[in-house]
Amino acid sequence: MYSQGLQDAKGGPEPEGLLKAFQKRIDNEEKIEPRDWMPEAYRKTLIRQMSQHAHSEIVGQLPEGNWITRAPTLKRKMILLAKVQDEAGHGLYIYSATETLGITRDEMTRQLLSGEAKYSSIFNYPTPSWADMGAIGWLVDGAAIMNQVPLCRASYGPYARSMIRICKEESFHQRQGYDIMTVLARGTAAQKKMAQDALNRTWWPALMMFGPSDKDSKHSAQSMQWKIKRFTNDDLRQKFVDATVPQAEHLGLTIPDKDLKWNEDRGHYDFGEIDWQEFMEVIKGNGPCNKQRLRARQKAHDEGEWVRKAAEVYQQKQQDAA
Amino acid sequence: MNKAIEHYLLRLADTALTQSQRIAEWCGHGPFLEEDIALTNVALDLLGHAKLLYEQAAEVSEQDVSADDLAFLRDVDAFKNPILTELPRGDFAFTTLKQYFVDQFNVLLYQALMDSQYQPLSDIATKALKEVRYHLTRSRDWCLRLSLSTDEAKQKMQAALDDLYFYTPELFETDDQLNQLMAESIIPDMSALHNQWQQQVDELLNKCQLKTPTSGWLATGGLRGEHSEHLGYMLADMQFLQRAYPGCEW
Ligand SMILES: [Fe+2]
Ligand SMILES: [Fe+2]
Repeated sequence: MYSQGLQDAKGGPEPEGLLKAFQKRIDNEEKIEPRDWMPEAYRKTLIRQMSQHAHSEIVGQLPEGNWITRAPTLKRKMILLAKVQDEAGHGLYIYSATETLGITRDEMTRQLLSGEAKYSSIFNYPTPSWADMGAIGWLVDGAAIMNQVPLCRASYGPYARSMIRICKEESFHQRQGYDIMTVLARGTAAQKKMAQDALNRTWWPALMMFGPSDKDSKHSAQSMQWKIKRFTNDDLRQKFVDATVPQAEHLGLTIPDKDLKWNEDRGHYDFGEIDWQEFMEVIKGNGPCNKQRLRARQKAHDEGEWVRKAAEVYQQKQQDAA
Repeated sequence: MNKAIEHYLLRLADTALTQSQRIAEWCGHGPFLEEDIALTNVALDLLGHAKLLYEQAAEVSEQDVSADDLAFLRDVDAFKNPILTELPRGDFAFTTLKQYFVDQFNVLLYQALMDSQYQPLSDIATKALKEVRYHLTRSRDWCLRLSLSTDEAKQKMQAALDDLYFYTPELFETDDQLNQLMAESIIPDMSALHNQWQQQVDELLNKCQLKTPTSGWLATGGLRGEHSEHLGYMLADMQFLQRAYPGCEW
């Protein structure tokens, strides 16, 4: 039975009747709303997943923010600025949706800065060249779309609704990224090399964005049952590879995987094994930029302390005067 | 005449671009999320104005140049912005007060430029005015919020004012070409504009209970291409790709 062992907030068993009714609503594709009864484990799973998602948007500002002052044309600078701003908006939007589950943004921020909460491992890789702006838009936003489109139908209403809005912007980001890659791939030899190098850097970390392989994924089954997830990690990863390989071919760039091959029988591309060792290390905090990213967030947080305090005191003074 | 117009368009474009470049440095590093987004909005608007102004400058230029050439291929001595807008971003108080000075200037200037005898400038001013008005509301509010809240915030605002105040008259600096444009009602009278600006600023600083400093280095020279040490670093950063890979499409 799916509900076996589920515990309420006090550690007691969840009431069987409520659990059944809850699952029935989910099976009927009804949305669960903040005031509705929900199992404690459902709430916790959502808080974990949604806050992780929000943190990823915020930390994700950093690798691309790295090129804002150096974007090569006025137009590219505007697009990049707007994109990084969109990601901040996504973060804000998802934090608000997560707050409906009974956790504050301050607490989520604390969890991010203390390392308790995770964010997508992709943002722990560096962006040494302009082409990384292209590769990130194309592959990272592309992978995000694969992950997020099914979330538009997630059972938790506020999450599903935030995803609908976000997905529209992510597809715009993906097109812009692909456009950067297209121009570079058709450019000078140096530009083409820049594009290929960025693809080489980003490909495997992008595949890791779908999470551990199904056989090692501990949260998958229950999340599928609750319709927080609709597809498994491996399904989504396969979809992503199938969609992306022709795009790389169109660009005339080579995906850095010697095992990549069309499999006629399966009707899918076969691809090589992900370096799970590297994945685990980055998750643990040992990626090339983990420390740098968290320190940047910590610094902004610390330097903003007096500003947040001032805003709060001023508002209080205004209220007292009124 | 076209030379003078090009010169002035570049003055405005360089001012908008350098101001935008500094504000954009906050993107991803703001004091909190809502403000991160709001600051980036300002940077985006200013960048949009810079783009329109460069495009117009490229149009009137005798040389075959694009807006991007003007932004990315001129060196320090060709940039015409006042030194104020190239100063490093500093802390949030410094950024806020600097933005306020620029916003107050932009609002008065674009209001006046709507009546310019040079139609393209009047069109750009009309377009930009709505945005810079919004910027002004925002930066004014923040000046008040920071100055009239905690002691720490107030001290930071006072320090920012001490550092920034004598950079502001340069916003109104003119030369022979600008004087010619003023005579032809293409741009407004700069000393009248300065008076209006000063009045507004005095009023706000008074409300903020901040004291204007009595002495400091009176900035000058941007219009002639004479800049601080900071602009070179900004351009090295901003122009890197265009310089390292000349002649490429991006
Ligand atoms: Fe996003
Ligand atoms: Fe995105």
